[in-house]
Amino acid sequence: MNLNIAVYRYNPDVDAKPYMKDYTLDVAEGTDMMVLDALILLKEQDPTLAFRRSCREGVCGSDGLNMNGKNGLACITPVSTFKGKKIELRPLPGMPVVRDIIVDLSQFYTQYEKIKPYLINDEKTPAREHLQSPEEREQLDGLYECIMCACCSTSCPSFWWNPDKFIGPAGLLHAYRFLIDSRDTATEERLSELDDAYSVFRCHGIMNCVDVCPKGLNPTKAIGHIKSMLLKRAV
Amino acid sequence: MVTNAASLGRSGVHDFILIRASAIILALYTIFVVGFIALSSPLTYDAWHGLFSALPMKVFTLLALVAILVHAWIGIWQVLTDYVKPLMLRGLLQFVVVVAALSYMAAGLLIVWGV
Repeated sequence: MNLNIAVYRYNPDVDAKPYMKDYTLDVAEGTDMMVLDALILLKEQDPTLAFRRSCREGVCGSDGLNMNGKNGLACITPVSTFKGKKIELRPLPGMPVVRDIIVDLSQFYTQYEKIKPYLINDEKTPAREHLQSPEEREQLDGLYECIMCACCSTSCPSFWWNPDKFIGPAGLLHAYRFLIDSRDTATEERLSELDDAYSVFRCHGIMNCVDVCPKGLNPTKAIGHIKSMLLKRAV
Repeated sequence: MVTNAASLGRSGVHDFILIRASAIILALYTIFVVGFIALSSPLTYDAWHGLFSALPMKVFTLLALVAILVHAWIGIWQVLTDYVKPLMLRGLLQFVVVVAALSYMAAGLLIVWGV
């Protein structure tokens, strides 16, 4: 069985502009593999092909890319998803391309840094640890699992148009993770930092982020909670 | 925090409230006017004149005009800051839209009060 794959190729040192290169993989009938496995086989055919990968099991978030128009992780997307159609692999949309399907995520990380992704607690340090009740800990479910693969933020038009001002779904999911954490005491400061026309409110709730999240998380819901917190604080 | 002066609201949450409050007024006004037209057939000049002669309708119309100004100002600012990156062009476009919306409101006010 032949697997037809087109890969976005661009080496800024050599190529004047990006182009799609067609590859064919010969795989045994009735077998399946992940898109990342296919990419690794392609790299044996063509060692100049560049892509990121690390854990190869959907934990590290290194191999986020755009497969037939939808963002996802290559390592946990089976090629059978595409039902024998030609597979088109492109870099995550809206980000500067470093080479082939490797993108520069600096803007994505800058937005993440803005939300201060760490626990802030100005109370007296407890003797052993900050305790949480099971209910308080439960509040973090669906938030802490984010692996920062950037699939959500790079599928969001608001992030494409304003990557320097809009925090983006991944950053805001993390922002809510700390806003709702019972051990964090900087809620007011965090909300003050977010109360402008761009950081949170550029989200118009189109839910592309929810559609593509490989971990099944819901950034739109978290953003809705942040908007409610800002609203309650203002009214 | 990202600062801006070109939108109407003082903050993101202020814009958020203004755009939703104005949307409610516009929705109510549209439902009322469409309902009036649908229920008063045939629609005569006298019925239409009578409707706009009443003070509550004049106030409601003025509210709707202000709501259009607020809604358009914030909405167009959001669209322009997404799609128009050259600053001078964006500033010019926003100026044109805001002046047009203010003109509509002024014209609407004079027309409604002239009935």
